[in-house]
Amino acid sequence: MAAVIKVRGVTKAFGEREVLHGVDFDVAEHEAVALIGASGSGKSTLLRCIDLLEEIDDGDIFLDGEVITDPAVDPVAVRRRLGVVFQAYNLFPHMSVLQNVVLGQMRAQKVGRREAEEEGRALLARFGLEGREDDRPDELSGGQQQRVAIARAFAGKPRALLLDEVTSALDPELIGEVLEAVRDLKAAGMTMVIATHEMSFAREVADEVAFLHEGRILESGPPEQVLAEPREEETRRFLARLLEAGRV
Amino acid sequence: MNETATISPDDRPRQGDRRREREAAKRAKARRGQLIAGVSSVVVIGGLAALVLTSPGWPSVRETFFSWSEFTNAFPEVLSGFWLDIKIFMVVEVAVLILALLIALIRVNRSPGLFPVRLLGTVYVDVFRGIPTILLVYLIGFGIPALELEGLPTDPVVLGAIALTLSYSAYVSEVYRAGINSVHRGQHDAALSVGLTQPQTMRHVILPQAIRRVAPPLLNDFVALQKEVALISIIGPQEAFRVAQIYQGENFNYTPIIAAALLYLVITVPLARIVDRMGGAEAVR
Repeated sequence: MAAVIKVRGVTKAFGEREVLHGVDFDVAEHEAVALIGASGSGKSTLLRCIDLLEEIDDGDIFLDGEVITDPAVDPVAVRRRLGVVFQAYNLFPHMSVLQNVVLGQMRAQKVGRREAEEEGRALLARFGLEGREDDRPDELSGGQQQRVAIARAFAGKPRALLLDEVTSALDPELIGEVLEAVRDLKAAGMTMVIATHEMSFAREVADEVAFLHEGRILESGPPEQVLAEPREEETRRFLARLLEAGRV
Repeated sequence: MNETATISPDDRPRQGDRRREREAAKRAKARRGQLIAGVSSVVVIGGLAALVLTSPGWPSVRETFFSWSEFTNAFPEVLSGFWLDIKIFMVVEVAVLILALLIALIRVNRSPGLFPVRLLGTVYVDVFRGIPTILLVYLIGFGIPALELEGLPTDPVVLGAIALTLSYSAYVSEVYRAGINSVHRGQHDAALSVGLTQPQTMRHVILPQAIRRVAPPLLNDFVALQKEVALISIIGPQEAFRVAQIYQGENFNYTPIIAAALLYLVITVPLARIVDRMGGAEAVR
Protein backbone atom coordinates (compact mmCIF):
# COMPACT_ATOMS: atom_id res chain seq x y z
CA MET A 1 0.00 0.00 0.00
CA ALA A 2 1.22 3.47 -0.79
CA ALA A 3 2.45 5.46 2.16
CA VAL A 4 0.32 8.44 3.16
CA ILE A 5 3.23 10.02 5.01
CA LYS A 6 6.81 9.36 4.05
CA VAL A 7 9.71 10.92 5.97
CA ARG A 8 13.18 10.72 4.47
CA GLY A 9 16.43 11.81 6.08
CA VAL A 10 14.86 14.67 7.97
CA THR A 11 17.15 16.79 10.13
CA LYS A 12 16.13 19.72 12.27
CA ALA A 13 18.26 21.86 14.55
CA PHE A 14 17.29 24.68 16.88
CA GLY A 15 20.39 26.83 16.82
CA GLU A 16 23.26 24.56 17.74
CA ARG A 17 21.06 21.81 19.13
CA GLU A 18 20.23 19.18 16.52
CA VAL A 19 16.94 17.55 17.48
CA LEU A 20 16.27 15.37 14.43
CA HIS A 21 19.22 13.59 12.98
CA GLY A 22 18.10 11.91 9.77
CA VAL A 23 14.68 10.44 10.44
CA ASP A 24 13.15 7.92 8.02
CA PHE A 25 9.74 6.41 8.42
CA ASP A 26 6.51 5.62 6.58
CA VAL A 27 2.88 5.60 7.56
CA ALA A 28 0.65 3.51 5.31
CA GLU A 29 -3.01 4.29 4.71
CA HIS A 30 -5.31 3.34 7.64
CA GLU A 31 -2.24 2.58 9.72
CA ALA A 32 -1.41 3.95 13.16
CA VAL A 33 2.24 4.41 14.00
CA ALA A 34 3.12 4.95 17.64
CA LEU A 35 6.14 7.17 18.11
CA ILE A 36 7.82 6.37 21.40
CA GLY A 37 10.95 7.70 23.02
CA ALA A 38 12.19 9.70 25.99
CA SER A 39 11.25 13.33 26.55
CA GLY A 40 13.39 15.47 24.29
CA SER A 41 13.96 12.65 21.80
CA GLY A 42 12.27 14.75 19.10
CA LYS A 43 8.77 13.23 18.91
CA SER A 44 6.94 16.58 19.07
CA THR A 45 9.43 18.23 16.74
CA LEU A 46 8.93 15.49 14.18
CA LEU A 47 5.14 15.92 14.26
CA ARG A 48 5.50 19.69 14.02
CA CYS A 49 7.80 19.29 11.01
CA ILE A 50 5.26 17.05 9.26
CA ASP A 51 2.54 19.72 9.73
CA LEU A 52 5.03 22.35 8.52
CA LEU A 53 4.82 24.21 11.82
CA GLU A 54 8.63 23.91 11.81
CA GLU A 55 10.84 24.19 8.78
CA ILE A 56 13.17 21.21 8.33
CA ASP A 57 16.87 21.67 7.55
CA ASP A 58 17.49 18.64 5.35
CA GLY A 59 15.67 15.66 3.86
CA ASP A 60 12.09 15.60 2.63
CA ILE A 61 8.58 14.77 3.77
CA PHE A 62 5.94 13.42 1.38
CA LEU A 63 2.17 13.43 1.71
CA ASP A 64 0.41 11.04 -0.67
CA GLY A 65 3.58 10.86 -2.71
CA GLU A 66 3.98 14.63 -3.13
CA VAL A 67 6.87 16.42 -1.52
CA ILE A 68 5.51 18.97 0.97
CA THR A 69 8.77 20.35 2.30
CA ASP A 70 9.75 22.05 -0.93
CA PRO A 71 9.91 25.84 -0.43
CA ALA A 72 7.56 26.25 -3.42
CA VAL A 73 4.77 24.32 -1.67
CA ASP A 74 2.10 26.39 0.08
CA PRO A 75 2.17 25.24 3.71
CA VAL A 76 -1.44 26.34 4.28
CA ALA A 77 -2.70 23.93 1.62
CA VAL A 78 -0.69 21.10 3.19
CA ARG A 79 -1.99 21.82 6.71
CA ARG A 80 -5.54 21.68 5.40
CA ARG A 81 -4.90 18.01 4.53
CA LEU A 82 -3.55 17.13 7.98
CA GLY A 83 -4.91 17.32 11.51
CA VAL A 84 -2.98 17.90 14.72
CA VAL A 85 -3.95 17.30 18.34
CA PHE A 86 -1.64 19.04 20.81
CA GLN A 87 -0.55 17.95 24.25
CA ALA A 88 -1.96 21.13 25.84
CA TYR A 89 -5.20 20.99 23.74
CA ASN A 90 -4.64 24.59 22.52
CA LEU A 91 -8.36 25.21 22.17
CA PHE A 92 -9.38 28.77 21.33
CA PRO A 93 -10.53 30.11 24.72
CA HIS A 94 -12.62 32.97 23.29
CA MET A 95 -14.80 30.66 21.24
CA SER A 96 -17.47 28.14 22.14
CA VAL A 97 -16.79 24.44 21.78
CA LEU A 98 -18.72 24.32 18.51
CA GLN A 99 -16.94 27.41 17.14
CA ASN A 100 -13.62 25.72 17.89
CA VAL A 101 -14.64 22.75 15.79
CA VAL A 102 -16.06 24.70 12.83
CA LEU A 103 -13.49 27.52 12.57
CA GLY A 104 -11.19 25.62 10.22
CA GLN A 105 -14.12 24.23 8.28
CA MET A 106 -15.63 27.64 7.63
CA ARG A 107 -12.48 29.72 7.14
CA ALA A 108 -10.05 27.24 5.60
CA GLN A 109 -12.19 24.61 3.91
CA LYS A 110 -14.86 27.20 2.94
CA VAL A 111 -17.75 25.07 4.11
CA GLY A 112 -21.00 26.98 4.71
CA ARG A 113 -21.95 27.75 8.30
CA ARG A 114 -25.00 25.54 8.42
CA GLU A 115 -23.23 22.52 6.99
CA ALA A 116 -20.12 23.05 9.15
CA GLU A 117 -22.20 23.37 12.32
CA GLU A 118 -24.26 20.33 11.49
CA GLU A 119 -21.11 18.28 10.97
CA GLY A 120 -19.52 19.82 14.05
CA ARG A 121 -22.47 18.87 16.27
CA ALA A 122 -22.43 15.32 14.91
CA LEU A 123 -18.68 15.07 15.59
CA LEU A 124 -19.02 16.41 19.12
CA ALA A 125 -21.80 13.91 19.79
CA ARG A 126 -19.59 11.15 18.44
CA PHE A 127 -16.94 12.03 21.02
CA GLY A 128 -19.46 12.21 23.86
CA LEU A 129 -19.79 15.99 24.00
CA GLU A 130 -23.43 16.40 23.16
CA GLY A 131 -24.94 19.38 24.99
CA ARG A 132 -21.56 21.09 25.50
CA GLU A 133 -21.55 22.86 22.10
CA ASP A 134 -22.11 26.34 23.53
CA ASP A 135 -19.79 26.03 26.54
CA ARG A 136 -16.43 27.76 26.66
CA PRO A 137 -13.43 25.44 26.71
CA ASP A 138 -12.51 26.47 30.28
CA GLU A 139 -15.85 25.13 31.52
CA LEU A 140 -14.81 21.63 30.44
CA SER A 141 -12.60 19.03 32.12
CA GLY A 142 -9.19 18.32 30.59
CA GLY A 143 -10.46 15.08 29.07
CA GLN A 144 -13.42 16.86 27.50
CA GLN A 145 -11.20 19.64 26.18
CA GLN A 146 -8.89 17.14 24.56
CA ARG A 147 -11.86 15.40 22.93
CA VAL A 148 -12.95 18.78 21.54
CA ALA A 149 -9.43 19.18 20.17
CA ILE A 150 -9.68 15.75 18.54
CA ALA A 151 -13.03 16.70 16.99
CA ARG A 152 -11.50 19.96 15.76
CA ALA A 153 -8.57 18.17 14.12
CA PHE A 154 -10.84 15.53 12.63
CA ALA A 155 -13.42 18.03 11.31
CA GLY A 156 -11.26 18.91 8.28
CA LYS A 157 -11.39 15.27 7.10
CA PRO A 158 -7.61 15.05 7.13
CA ARG A 159 -5.58 12.46 5.27
CA ALA A 160 -3.74 11.78 8.50
CA LEU A 161 -3.93 12.85 12.14
CA LEU A 162 -0.85 13.74 14.16
CA LEU A 163 -1.37 13.20 17.90
CA ASP A 164 1.25 14.80 20.12
CA GLU A 165 1.15 13.13 23.57
CA VAL A 166 -2.53 13.82 23.81
CA THR A 167 -2.89 12.34 27.30
CA SER A 168 0.24 13.76 28.95
CA ALA A 169 -1.45 16.85 30.40
CA LEU A 170 -4.39 14.89 31.80
CA ASP A 171 -5.20 13.62 35.28
CA PRO A 172 -4.95 9.82 35.28
CA GLU A 173 -8.70 9.26 35.60
CA LEU A 174 -9.34 11.31 32.44
CA ILE A 175 -6.89 9.48 30.18
CA GLY A 176 -9.29 6.63 29.39
CA GLU A 177 -11.94 8.78 27.71
CA VAL A 178 -9.39 10.39 25.39
CA LEU A 179 -7.85 7.04 24.46
CA GLU A 180 -11.37 5.83 23.72
CA ALA A 181 -11.75 8.65 21.19
CA VAL A 182 -8.47 7.67 19.52
CA ARG A 183 -9.60 4.03 19.37
CA ASP A 184 -12.75 5.23 17.65
CA LEU A 185 -10.67 7.06 15.03
CA LYS A 186 -8.52 3.99 14.51
CA ALA A 187 -11.60 1.83 14.02
CA ALA A 188 -12.81 4.35 11.43
CA GLY A 189 -9.62 3.74 9.49
CA MET A 190 -7.88 7.05 10.23
CA THR A 191 -4.20 7.17 9.34
CA MET A 192 -2.36 8.35 12.44
CA VAL A 193 1.01 9.16 13.93
CA ILE A 194 0.71 8.94 17.70
CA ALA A 195 3.51 10.27 19.87
CA THR A 196 2.82 8.67 23.23
CA HIS A 197 4.09 7.54 26.60
CA GLU A 198 1.21 5.09 27.03
CA MET A 199 2.86 1.81 26.12
CA SER A 200 -0.18 -0.35 26.72
CA PHE A 201 -2.14 1.92 24.44
CA ALA A 202 0.57 1.80 21.78
CA ARG A 203 0.47 -1.99 21.97
CA GLU A 204 -3.29 -2.02 21.58
CA VAL A 205 -3.88 0.56 18.85
CA ALA A 206 -0.68 0.86 16.82
CA ASP A 207 0.13 -1.26 13.82
CA GLU A 208 3.71 -0.24 14.17
CA VAL A 209 5.86 1.20 16.93
CA ALA A 210 8.83 3.41 16.12
CA PHE A 211 11.40 4.16 18.81
CA LEU A 212 12.97 7.59 18.47
CA HIS A 213 16.33 8.00 20.15
CA GLU A 214 18.68 10.97 19.86
CA GLY A 215 16.90 12.25 16.78
CA ARG A 216 16.83 8.94 14.87
CA ILE A 217 14.37 6.07 14.54
CA LEU A 218 16.45 3.44 16.26
CA GLU A 219 14.07 0.57 15.65
CA SER A 220 10.56 0.03 14.45
CA GLY A 221 8.23 -2.86 13.89
CA PRO A 222 5.03 -4.48 15.12
CA PRO A 223 4.29 -3.51 18.75
CA GLU A 224 4.56 -7.06 20.07
CA GLN A 225 8.09 -7.23 18.74
CA VAL A 226 9.41 -3.72 19.61
CA LEU A 227 7.78 -3.57 23.02
CA ALA A 228 8.29 -7.20 24.06
CA GLU A 229 11.54 -8.23 22.36
CA PRO A 230 13.37 -5.08 21.37
CA ARG A 231 16.46 -5.66 19.24
CA GLU A 232 18.28 -2.54 20.41
CA GLU A 233 19.92 -2.10 23.77
CA GLU A 234 18.63 1.53 23.98
CA THR A 235 15.04 0.43 23.41
CA ARG A 236 15.40 -2.15 26.17
CA ARG A 237 16.80 0.49 28.52
CA PHE A 238 14.00 2.94 27.71
CA LEU A 239 11.31 0.32 28.30
CA ALA A 240 12.96 -0.77 31.54
CA ARG A 241 12.89 2.83 32.80
CA LEU A 242 9.18 3.10 31.98
CA LEU A 243 8.55 -0.23 33.70
CA GLU A 244 10.30 1.06 36.82
CA ALA A 245 8.13 4.18 36.76
CA GLY A 246 5.05 1.97 36.53
CA ARG A 247 4.06 3.30 33.12
CA VAL A 248 3.77 0.00 31.22
CA MET B 1 1.41 6.57 75.82
CA ASN B 2 0.77 9.31 73.35
CA GLU B 3 -1.59 11.48 75.37
CA THR B 4 -1.86 14.43 72.99
CA ALA B 5 -3.25 12.21 70.29
CA THR B 6 -6.15 10.94 72.38
CA ILE B 7 -8.65 13.64 73.23
CA SER B 8 -11.50 12.44 75.36
CA PRO B 9 -14.97 13.35 74.06
CA ASP B 10 -15.44 15.61 77.10
CA ASP B 11 -12.53 17.88 76.08
CA ARG B 12 -13.90 18.46 72.61
CA PRO B 13 -16.05 21.62 72.33
CA ARG B 14 -19.60 20.98 71.31
CA GLN B 15 -20.24 21.17 67.56
CA GLY B 16 -21.09 24.77 66.60
CA ASP B 17 -19.70 26.48 69.74
CA ARG B 18 -16.34 27.25 68.17
CA ARG B 19 -17.99 28.47 65.01
CA ARG B 20 -20.08 30.97 67.01
CA GLU B 21 -16.99 32.18 68.87
CA ARG B 22 -15.07 32.66 65.65
CA GLU B 23 -17.88 34.58 64.02
CA ALA B 24 -18.21 36.87 67.04
CA ALA B 25 -14.47 37.55 66.96
CA LYS B 26 -14.63 38.28 63.23
CA ARG B 27 -17.48 40.76 63.76
CA ALA B 28 -15.62 42.50 66.59
CA LYS B 29 -12.55 42.82 64.38
CA ALA B 30 -14.60 44.29 61.51
CA ARG B 31 -16.22 46.84 63.88
CA ARG B 32 -12.82 47.86 65.19
CA GLY B 33 -11.55 48.28 61.62
CA GLN B 34 -14.46 50.52 60.65
CA LEU B 35 -13.97 52.67 63.72
CA ILE B 36 -10.26 53.17 62.99
CA ALA B 37 -10.98 54.02 59.34
CA GLY B 38 -13.66 56.52 60.34
CA VAL B 39 -11.59 58.30 62.98
CA SER B 40 -8.46 58.51 60.82
CA SER B 41 -10.48 59.88 57.88
CA VAL B 42 -11.99 62.62 60.00
CA VAL B 43 -8.58 63.53 61.43
CA VAL B 44 -6.77 63.65 58.08
CA ILE B 45 -9.48 65.32 56.00
CA GLY B 46 -10.53 67.67 58.78
CA GLY B 47 -6.90 68.60 59.38
CA LEU B 48 -6.28 69.40 55.73
CA ALA B 49 -9.49 71.42 55.49
CA ALA B 50 -8.59 73.33 58.63
CA LEU B 51 -5.12 74.04 57.24
CA VAL B 52 -6.53 75.47 53.99
CA LEU B 53 -9.45 77.35 55.54
CA THR B 54 -7.32 79.00 58.22
CA SER B 55 -4.46 79.90 55.84
CA PRO B 56 -3.78 83.66 55.65
CA GLY B 57 -4.62 83.83 51.95
CA TRP B 58 -7.84 81.82 52.10
CA PRO B 59 -10.30 84.72 51.96
CA SER B 60 -8.79 86.06 48.73
CA VAL B 61 -8.40 82.54 47.27
CA ARG B 62 -12.04 81.90 47.96
CA GLU B 63 -12.89 85.06 46.10
CA THR B 64 -10.63 84.45 43.04
CA PHE B 65 -10.99 80.63 42.69
CA PHE B 66 -14.33 79.73 44.21
CA SER B 67 -16.62 82.63 43.46
CA TRP B 68 -20.13 81.36 42.89
CA SER B 69 -21.20 84.38 40.83
CA GLU B 70 -18.15 84.10 38.57
CA PHE B 71 -18.86 80.38 38.26
CA THR B 72 -22.43 80.86 37.08
CA ASN B 73 -21.36 83.65 34.73
CA ALA B 74 -18.59 81.70 33.06
CA PHE B 75 -20.05 78.20 33.13
CA PRO B 76 -22.14 78.28 29.93
CA GLU B 77 -19.18 79.45 27.86
CA VAL B 78 -16.78 76.97 29.46
CA LEU B 79 -19.29 74.21 28.89
CA SER B 80 -19.61 75.01 25.19
CA GLY B 81 -15.81 75.03 25.03
CA PHE B 82 -15.80 71.66 26.71
CA TRP B 83 -18.17 70.35 24.08
CA LEU B 84 -15.39 71.01 21.55
CA ASP B 85 -13.02 68.98 23.76
CA ILE B 86 -15.46 66.10 23.75
CA LYS B 87 -15.87 66.18 19.98
CA ILE B 88 -12.10 66.26 19.43
CA PHE B 89 -11.66 63.46 21.94
CA MET B 90 -14.16 61.21 20.23
CA VAL B 91 -12.72 61.69 16.76
CA VAL B 92 -9.13 61.31 17.96
CA GLU B 93 -9.99 58.19 19.95
CA VAL B 94 -11.42 56.40 16.92
CA ALA B 95 -8.46 57.50 14.76
CA VAL B 96 -6.01 56.31 17.42
CA LEU B 97 -7.69 52.91 17.78
CA ILE B 98 -7.40 52.29 14.04
CA LEU B 99 -3.97 53.80 13.36
CA ALA B 100 -2.42 52.15 16.45
CA LEU B 101 -3.76 48.74 15.45
CA LEU B 102 -2.28 49.13 11.97
CA ILE B 103 1.13 50.07 13.41
CA ALA B 104 1.02 47.17 15.88
CA LEU B 105 0.12 44.70 13.10
CA ILE B 106 2.98 45.98 10.97
CA ARG B 107 5.42 45.69 13.85
CA VAL B 108 4.53 42.10 14.76
CA ASN B 109 4.53 40.89 11.16
CA ARG B 110 7.73 39.00 10.42
CA SER B 111 7.58 38.71 6.64
CA PRO B 112 10.81 40.01 5.08
CA GLY B 113 8.96 41.93 2.37
CA LEU B 114 7.52 44.25 4.98
CA PHE B 115 10.91 45.11 6.48
CA PRO B 116 10.93 48.76 5.32
CA VAL B 117 7.39 49.35 6.60
CA ARG B 118 8.31 47.62 9.87
CA LEU B 119 11.33 49.88 10.23
CA LEU B 120 9.11 52.87 9.62
CA GLY B 121 6.72 51.62 12.30
CA THR B 122 9.56 51.38 14.81
CA VAL B 123 10.81 54.86 13.98
CA TYR B 124 7.26 56.22 14.21
CA VAL B 125 6.74 54.80 17.68
CA ASP B 126 10.17 55.94 18.89
CA VAL B 127 9.72 59.47 17.59
CA PHE B 128 6.13 60.18 18.56
CA ARG B 129 6.36 58.48 21.92
CA GLY B 130 9.60 60.30 22.60
CA ILE B 131 8.37 63.86 21.98
CA PRO B 132 6.26 65.50 24.70
CA THR B 133 2.71 65.86 23.41
CA ILE B 134 2.69 69.59 24.09
CA LEU B 135 5.70 70.09 21.78
CA LEU B 136 4.06 67.99 19.10
CA VAL B 137 0.90 70.11 19.28
CA TYR B 138 3.00 73.24 19.00
CA LEU B 139 5.18 72.02 16.13
CA ILE B 140 2.32 70.65 14.05
CA GLY B 141 -0.01 73.52 14.88
CA PHE B 142 2.44 76.14 13.66
CA GLY B 143 4.70 74.09 11.38
CA ILE B 144 2.17 72.61 8.96
CA PRO B 145 0.48 75.93 8.09
CA ALA B 146 3.93 77.52 7.69
CA LEU B 147 4.62 75.14 4.79
CA GLU B 148 1.88 76.94 2.85
CA LEU B 149 1.15 73.78 0.89
CA GLU B 150 -2.15 73.42 -0.96
CA GLY B 151 -4.48 70.86 0.58
CA LEU B 152 -2.88 70.70 4.00
CA PRO B 153 -5.22 71.60 6.84
CA THR B 154 -4.80 74.99 8.49
CA ASP B 155 -7.63 74.78 11.02
CA PRO B 156 -5.97 74.62 14.46
CA VAL B 157 -8.64 72.19 15.69
CA VAL B 158 -7.75 69.74 12.93
CA LEU B 159 -4.01 70.25 13.43
CA GLY B 160 -4.35 69.74 17.18
CA ALA B 161 -6.34 66.57 16.60
CA ILE B 162 -3.65 65.32 14.21
CA ALA B 163 -0.93 65.97 16.79
CA LEU B 164 -2.85 64.13 19.50
CA THR B 165 -3.54 61.23 17.14
CA LEU B 166 0.13 60.91 16.19
CA SER B 167 1.23 60.98 19.80
CA TYR B 168 -1.37 58.61 21.21
CA SER B 169 -1.23 56.04 18.41
CA ALA B 170 2.42 55.56 19.26
CA TYR B 171 1.52 54.68 22.87
CA VAL B 172 -1.55 52.66 22.03
CA SER B 173 0.21 50.64 19.31
CA GLU B 174 2.60 49.45 22.00
CA VAL B 175 -0.34 48.38 24.17
CA TYR B 176 -1.77 46.40 21.26
CA ARG B 177 1.61 44.90 20.52
CA ALA B 178 2.06 43.75 24.11
CA GLY B 179 -1.38 42.13 23.94
CA ILE B 180 -0.61 40.34 20.68
CA ASN B 181 2.69 39.05 22.04
CA SER B 182 1.01 37.84 25.23
CA VAL B 183 -1.16 35.31 23.38
CA HIS B 184 0.37 31.89 23.80
CA ARG B 185 2.31 30.45 20.89
CA GLY B 186 0.13 27.31 21.00
CA GLN B 187 -2.84 29.38 19.83
CA HIS B 188 -0.92 30.34 16.72
CA ASP B 189 0.07 26.71 16.07
CA ALA B 190 -3.49 25.46 16.58
CA ALA B 191 -4.93 28.07 14.21
CA LEU B 192 -2.40 27.20 11.51
CA SER B 193 -2.98 23.48 12.06
CA VAL B 194 -6.70 23.79 11.24
CA GLY B 195 -5.66 25.36 7.94
CA LEU B 196 -5.95 29.09 8.58
CA THR B 197 -3.62 31.50 6.80
CA GLN B 198 -1.46 33.92 8.79
CA PRO B 199 -3.88 36.85 8.37
CA GLN B 200 -6.85 34.62 9.31
CA THR B 201 -4.94 33.43 12.37
CA MET B 202 -4.35 37.03 13.42
CA ARG B 203 -7.93 38.09 12.79
CA HIS B 204 -9.87 35.16 14.23
CA VAL B 205 -7.58 33.78 16.93
CA ILE B 206 -4.83 36.16 18.09
CA LEU B 207 -6.44 39.62 17.95
CA PRO B 208 -9.71 38.77 19.73
CA GLN B 209 -7.73 37.38 22.67
CA ALA B 210 -5.14 40.18 22.60
CA ILE B 211 -7.71 43.00 22.57
CA ARG B 212 -9.70 41.46 25.39
CA ARG B 213 -6.54 41.29 27.45
CA VAL B 214 -5.45 44.90 26.85
CA ALA B 215 -8.88 46.52 27.16
CA PRO B 216 -8.13 47.94 30.67
CA PRO B 217 -4.79 49.56 29.70
CA LEU B 218 -6.38 50.84 26.47
CA LEU B 219 -9.15 52.54 28.41
CA ASN B 220 -6.54 53.91 30.79
CA ASP B 221 -4.78 55.58 27.88
CA PHE B 222 -8.09 57.06 26.80
CA VAL B 223 -8.68 58.61 30.19
CA ALA B 224 -5.29 60.26 29.73
CA LEU B 225 -6.11 61.31 26.17
CA GLN B 226 -9.39 62.85 27.27
CA LYS B 227 -7.48 65.20 29.59
CA GLU B 228 -4.72 65.96 27.14
CA VAL B 229 -7.15 67.45 24.63
CA ALA B 230 -6.71 70.62 26.73
CA LEU B 231 -3.17 70.85 25.31
CA ILE B 232 -4.45 72.03 21.94
CA SER B 233 -5.49 75.29 23.66
CA ILE B 234 -1.91 76.49 23.09
CA ILE B 235 -2.52 76.76 19.34
CA GLY B 236 -5.80 78.64 19.71
CA PRO B 237 -9.03 76.59 19.54
CA GLN B 238 -11.69 77.84 21.93
CA GLU B 239 -11.93 74.71 24.02
CA ALA B 240 -12.74 74.66 27.74
CA PHE B 241 -9.33 75.61 29.12
CA ARG B 242 -8.83 78.32 26.51
CA VAL B 243 -12.25 79.82 27.17
CA ALA B 244 -11.63 79.73 30.91
CA GLN B 245 -8.21 81.34 30.45
CA ILE B 246 -9.62 84.19 28.37
CA TYR B 247 -12.31 84.76 30.96
CA GLN B 248 -9.70 84.70 33.70
CA GLY B 249 -7.59 87.24 31.86
CA GLU B 250 -10.51 89.61 31.49
CA ASN B 251 -11.92 89.32 35.01
CA PHE B 252 -8.85 88.48 37.08
CA ASN B 253 -10.72 85.47 38.45
CA TYR B 254 -9.70 81.80 38.28
CA THR B 255 -13.11 80.31 38.99
CA PRO B 256 -13.75 79.40 35.31
CA ILE B 257 -10.62 77.21 35.41
CA ILE B 258 -12.08 75.38 38.39
CA ALA B 259 -15.26 74.98 36.33
CA ALA B 260 -13.26 73.45 33.48
CA ALA B 261 -11.49 71.13 35.92
CA LEU B 262 -14.84 69.96 37.28
CA LEU B 263 -16.09 69.25 33.76
CA TYR B 264 -13.04 67.07 33.12
CA LEU B 265 -13.68 65.17 36.34
CA VAL B 266 -17.27 64.51 35.28
CA ILE B 267 -15.89 62.50 32.34
CA THR B 268 -12.65 61.03 33.70
CA VAL B 269 -13.95 59.71 37.04
CA PRO B 270 -16.65 57.46 35.53
CA LEU B 271 -14.14 56.31 32.90
CA ALA B 272 -11.66 55.44 35.65
CA ARG B 273 -14.36 53.43 37.47
CA ILE B 274 -15.02 51.48 34.26
CA VAL B 275 -11.30 50.72 33.97
CA ASP B 276 -11.24 49.54 37.60
CA ARG B 277 -14.22 47.31 37.07
CA MET B 278 -12.72 45.79 33.93
CA GLY B 279 -9.46 45.16 35.75
CA GLY B 280 -11.41 43.51 38.57
CA ALA B 281 -13.38 41.33 36.19
CA GLU B 282 -10.15 40.27 34.53
CA ALA B 283 -8.65 39.32 37.91
CA VAL B 284 -11.69 37.19 38.77
CA ARG B 285 -11.48 35.22 35.52
